[in-house]
Amino acid sequence: MGRGRSGVAAIALGLPLVIALPLAVTTRYGTNLLILAAALSISTLGLTVLLGYAGQISLAQATFFGVGAYAVALGTSRWGMDWWFALPLGLGAATAAGVVLGMTTLKLGGHYLAMVTICFQIIFSQIATNWVAVTGGPDGISGIRRPRFFTPLDTAQQYAWFALGALFLVGVGVWFLRDSALGRSMRAVRENELAAEALGVDSLRVKVTAFALSAAIAALGGALYASGFRYISPDTFSLDQSIEVLAMALAGGAQAVPGSIIGGFLLTFLPEWLRDLKRIYLVVYGAVIILVILFMPEGLWGWARLLGRRLARPRPLRPARRPLPVGGRGEAGETILALENLGKHFGGLKAVDGVDFAVRRGEVHALIGPNGSGKTTCINLISGLYRPTFGRIRFLGREVAGMRPNRVARRGMARTFQNIRLFRDLSVWENVLVGAQRALGGEAAVRERAAAALEFVGLEAQAAERARNLPYGTQKLVEIARALAGTPELLLLDEPGAGLNQSEKQELVDLLKRLRAHGLTMLLVEHDMSLVTQLSEAITVLNFGKKISEGKPDDVLADPVVVEAYLGNRDAALGLAREHA
Amino acid sequence: MAILGQLAFTGLAIGGVYALIALGIVLIYRATNVVNFAQGEFCMLGAYALVFIWQGARLDYFLAAAVALGLMAILGLLFALGLYYPLRNRSFLPVIIATIGASIMFQNGALAVFGPSPEKVRPVIEAGPTGGVMLGGIFFDYQYVVILGVTLVLVVTQYAFFEYTLLGKKMQATSQDKDMARLLGIPVTLMIALTFIYSTALGGLAGMLVAPIYFVTHKMGAVLGLKAFAVTIAGGFGDVRGAIAGGLALGVIETFGAAYVSVVYKDAFAFLLLILFLLFRPQGIFGEKVAEKA
Repeated sequence: MGRGRSGVAAIALGLPLVIALPLAVTTRYGTNLLILAAALSISTLGLTVLLGYAGQISLAQATFFGVGAYAVALGTSRWGMDWWFALPLGLGAATAAGVVLGMTTLKLGGHYLAMVTICFQIIFSQIATNWVAVTGGPDGISGIRRPRFFTPLDTAQQYAWFALGALFLVGVGVWFLRDSALGRSMRAVRENELAAEALGVDSLRVKVTAFALSAAIAALGGALYASGFRYISPDTFSLDQSIEVLAMALAGGAQAVPGSIIGGFLLTFLPEWLRDLKRIYLVVYGAVIILVILFMPEGLWGWARLLGRRLARPRPLRPARRPLPVGGRGEAGETILALENLGKHFGGLKAVDGVDFAVRRGEVHALIGPNGSGKTTCINLISGLYRPTFGRIRFLGREVAGMRPNRVARRGMARTFQNIRLFRDLSVWENVLVGAQRALGGEAAVRERAAAALEFVGLEAQAAERARNLPYGTQKLVEIARALAGTPELLLLDEPGAGLNQSEKQELVDLLKRLRAHGLTMLLVEHDMSLVTQLSEAITVLNFGKKISEGKPDDVLADPVVVEAYLGNRDAALGLAREHA
Repeated sequence: MAILGQLAFTGLAIGGVYALIALGIVLIYRATNVVNFAQGEFCMLGAYALVFIWQGARLDYFLAAAVALGLMAILGLLFALGLYYPLRNRSFLPVIIATIGASIMFQNGALAVFGPSPEKVRPVIEAGPTGGVMLGGIFFDYQYVVILGVTLVLVVTQYAFFEYTLLGKKMQATSQDKDMARLLGIPVTLMIALTFIYSTALGGLAGMLVAPIYFVTHKMGAVLGLKAFAVTIAGGFGDVRGAIAGGLALGVIETFGAAYVSVVYKDAFAFLLLILFLLFRPQGIFGEKVAEKA
């Protein structure tokens, strides 16, 4: 919302800059700096995708920059290739390397990922320095040719236009990526990987794509750098440069395109402006990085936007054309979820130990039990977050036990979490959009479903708010809207009532009753018995990982075994049960 | 056989230095969740402080070392106040970048003050023409023996300190749960400041110990710090035993790699092993697997 307009503004501002900068900078040295800043900014834009959107850290950006540079250098100076043939070679090689590095995120994140990317970078540097036969070793490669682009681009000024033009195009591309389905998935993974998976986002694929894209973008920057200066040596593509590019992204603001470009230019030109300080200019450079991090958490651009946000007003949401399709497509009463002898052991702890039950289409099925009885573990097994130790889970006629959560979700299951797992820094609207992406259809269909889901829950007015700024009860509703937007066949609710006050709880019950009236099948884990009895048609009771009772609510709640499980005293339990009966 | 023993001894000594630096990183991480990329620079600054006081002020070597350690402790306090304190509630990425910024500052500050030419420092024990002793075909360089000895003593003392003293328990409590520690009346900020002071001095000490082996330059801390970070990670983040075992292991692997695989690729070799290690055993050397709770 509102981004279409600011996108036009950015293009209107960026294009004149591309044309004017090489005219304004007249010295040869200054023009070279422009080319350098453009190349490094492109590399930084790669980090916008990887770090800003997908939230993955990389200290190997100089590796991919280097791959692009070496491809163009070797291609044009040794193998006699045209620049335009050498470039795709470099992009391809970098993409492949990016995929390899991205695959490690299957197992590693955070500090570990930082370390792996550092290792990757150091290995690349050592190979570039020591594999003399190919890379020319520490002496580097000279005689790199430039591309033809209508004219031969022989002057520094012409080349600066070319490089800035490329930067502009990459910038526009990365800008539009942000609000595409892929860009939203990336940001969802950044904010909460588990929740994204449970909504049908293949988080590994998204992360690998981010790495590959970021690598290819950096390689383009490297290619422009190599032919811009016609000479490369391995010390350019070192860990130091990777750190510098990361600092550019963070100082400017990694989450937005203008931030990365501002950071790229600022940190390229800053050392030149500080030249007068002679020997201590790098000390000041280090201090500037620290100060920006300390006082501008979202970088220069984020800081400027915070000032600007006070002025901007969000545009209202376009209303949905049709109400949200809620409830499944099959026949009521058929079994859509069946657990057979399902078990999950954590070491010696038997959290779930041979549980069977079935959920029929159109019913609200409650799963209850005392604390630690295995309810949430059950939900986590069904939705694919845990791999079962043994047993089977059939969902819509297919075995789903052990499937990754995103695949289970795309078969038609959605869930909410006991501790809310929203994409906290995304708006309510974006949260629901990510949920809507699970089902079929293009961007228009996704937006239509998301709008309808917000209307169903009654949150249109809060669409532009950041999720984390909402009160707790509203956040719970957003989570339900997000799950509904994907039009699931089965909705798993993990303690939806927990932490709500009385009026919020009533609102929740009304919402869930409306969903039931539409025929949506729900599996409900809940402690609040009044909520359970108001909503459910069938109850399964767990205790110590085993099923101890099931059936209609009245029968189950009168079952002495159940009462004993809750109260722990057989006589008292029997008395209560008699009373209830 | 002798050659294997020689390589193992040299590797262990170098590994001892990695372990000391890694120890500083682990202590700071455990107390504050800050990954300090500037720990290697504390080494470099410690070595320079020694050079500066020993040669510049012409103090006795051991007195100079003591004064240099004092200076490092003050630096640690300033680091805690200037960098950790303002960033204490931020996520790990900005903190990493800020410590990298600090490391750029320290490196270039040292370059501006001390110049680019490398400095040489005497070993701790100056005896005999070879500076070492031959035993069973293995040459024991005194400096390497000192490094291993200091590592061992520090590890034991530190263990005793954390396990058997009240102050040590308080610092442990702080690192495990700051809020709870605060409720129990432990001065958390002071404990964290103490951690920084100790870790910085520890880094400085490691730098003084390697100074006679490598030359003292403004660049010496960068590689040391990186390897110590690698070791910290491999040891299972925040695990003291893991960091020490990892440090010693890296020293040995590197030395053997240089002897039998390739000298120029010895770092690449070590880092490749680290990647594989992380992929197949992300929980670290001594760690246990933990599952994320939904």
